[in-house]
Amino acid sequence: MLLTVENAHKSYGALAVTKGMSFSVEEGETLGILGPNGAGKTTLFNLISGDVSLDSGIVHFNGQNITTLAPFQRCQSGIGRSYQVPHPFGNMTVFENLITAACFGGQMSEPEAYDVAEEVMNSMGLTSLANQQAGSMTLLNRKRLELARALATRPKLLLLDEIAGGLTEPEAQELVTELKKIKAKGTTMIWIEHVVHALLSIADRLMVVNFGEKLADGEPMSVMNDPEVKRVYMGIEA
Amino acid sequence: MTVHTQHINMTRTPLPILPISLGVLFLGTAITMPFWGQAYWLHEFVNISCFFIFAMMWNLLAGYGGMVSVGQQAFFGLGGYFVLAMGNLAGVSPFIGIPLAAILTAIMALPLSKLAFRLNGGYFAIGTWVIAEVVRLTVANISIVGGGSGTSLTAFRGVDRVFRQHMTYWIALTCVVATVALILLFLRSKQGLALQAIRDSEVAASSQGVDVIRMKLAVYVVAALGCGLAGALYFASNLRISPDAAFSVNWTAFAIFIVMIGGVGRIEGPIIGTFVFWLINHYLSDYGTWYLIGLGGLAIVMSLYMKDGLAGFIHRKTGKDFLSIKRIYRSK
Ligand SMILES: Nc1ncnc2c1ncn2[C@@H]1O[C@H](COP(=O)(O)OP(=O)(O)OP(=O)(O)O)[C@@H](O)[C@H]1O
Ligand SMILES: [Mg+2]
Repeated sequence: MLLTVENAHKSYGALAVTKGMSFSVEEGETLGILGPNGAGKTTLFNLISGDVSLDSGIVHFNGQNITTLAPFQRCQSGIGRSYQVPHPFGNMTVFENLITAACFGGQMSEPEAYDVAEEVMNSMGLTSLANQQAGSMTLLNRKRLELARALATRPKLLLLDEIAGGLTEPEAQELVTELKKIKAKGTTMIWIEHVVHALLSIADRLMVVNFGEKLADGEPMSVMNDPEVKRVYMGIEA
Repeated sequence: MTVHTQHINMTRTPLPILPISLGVLFLGTAITMPFWGQAYWLHEFVNISCFFIFAMMWNLLAGYGGMVSVGQQAFFGLGGYFVLAMGNLAGVSPFIGIPLAAILTAIMALPLSKLAFRLNGGYFAIGTWVIAEVVRLTVANISIVGGGSGTSLTAFRGVDRVFRQHMTYWIALTCVVATVALILLFLRSKQGLALQAIRDSEVAASSQGVDVIRMKLAVYVVAALGCGLAGALYFASNLRISPDAAFSVNWTAFAIFIVMIGGVGRIEGPIIGTFVFWLINHYLSDYGTWYLIGLGGLAIVMSLYMKDGLAGFIHRKTGKDFLSIKRIYRSK
């Protein structure tokens, strides 16, 4: 297993957001996460990336207990993440955003980082925006940069938080094609997404989260047909 | 100059020719000034250098590191006291004492950072001010450096006055050039990328592998070094120190003013800001209270209508950065 989360608990004051969740992800696997708004999906990512610390529970990554590591150490050990609300380095250019990620997350020299940045820009269609100030871009391009920057850290595990929301159908298709290439290179992925058909076109496994608990976890089609899941998702996805 | 590597189809921004030639011209004029200028020009230059270095440090700390400190006067004062104490008590020439005092101040910053770094945002600002007050009160109780009423620098007794003034001036000039050069080189380095990333988003920086806490500590210590240097220089030049003068919050207030006018989070900011501050100071400081009200008013207007300061304004109008640290991508 590349990632194992055991009995994770997290509360904000009286609000329990993660209630003893356990799951794991195999090397090379793509895990899709579904769940209504406020279910605790992003919090799960925060616990894995270290942005938020666990109240109790253990996180193992790549054979190492990373429960108490700082976010930058987890990134350096191979966990790349994108944020649901993009957090670009706004006063830096797209290119500089990417070389920063490659230099520090990927622990490369600057010249190596330049090559990685170029490669990522090409695959994500950001080359023409290379010298744009990241903060002045459209939301769509900022989201693209968010994914590109996570890729530039050369992650073993990629955490994607709602990167398809707001895309047109052809754009979503393009994104899925790109993610399939990343997957083909052996990168493990966890993808939180409300755009279910996009998620289903790539996920090997599906996990449904509701009120901080695991509602279902397994083969995507059987999870989608689970009566409990259908009930929770009524009105969200037909 | 362009940086080439075998990987490259991307280049660093070429080092800016115009500012560099202007800089060389400035340096040529400045180095020779003691031979043709008037004594009070030298003194004024030293004083304004101290403000400038201090403001550069505040910009580094707040504009890049996101640490809005209102307590940098702690380090300014300590620098001043170190140079005077070493001179008066140990007979260390202040010319050597100035850099030594800066280093001692940086060492003091390490334990003080342990206190300050427990706090965030507004609490950090107030906390640093409280620390500065504690330092002031502590120093005011050390009788060997004159207690509450302060002391005079006696180490220069027997040193020729003209020689002293020239040396002090040249040291100030060296400190100014070194400060600009080191900050420029630092921001152009790989670590500079990390610092700019922290400035833009701490959360994202740490999720992209940047050790934010270590970087902030480094910036805090470097800023203390620079502020200590400015203070050492100031009091070595003015020959008299007291706790109230050395640890006055006004030092930081002026630095904030300079950085806000010039442009926060930009290396050119304090350069332009110091120039404006000097002009205002030189021509309007006779107006007493009105001068201070004017400074405050200007700062408010700038923060409302020109958040990125004069440097940002010039950048927007001309599209040019004068001391650029950008890395430009060029495709094959
Ligand atoms: N820092 C915080 N402080 C307090 N409450 C929080 C914090 N972060 C998240 N929450 C709460 O935790 C719950 C889960 O939030 P989370 O962002 O993980 O949900 P989500 O499943 O990602 O939702 P969405 O689909 O809307 O993105 C929400 O009720 C949210 O308000
Ligand atoms: Mg979310």
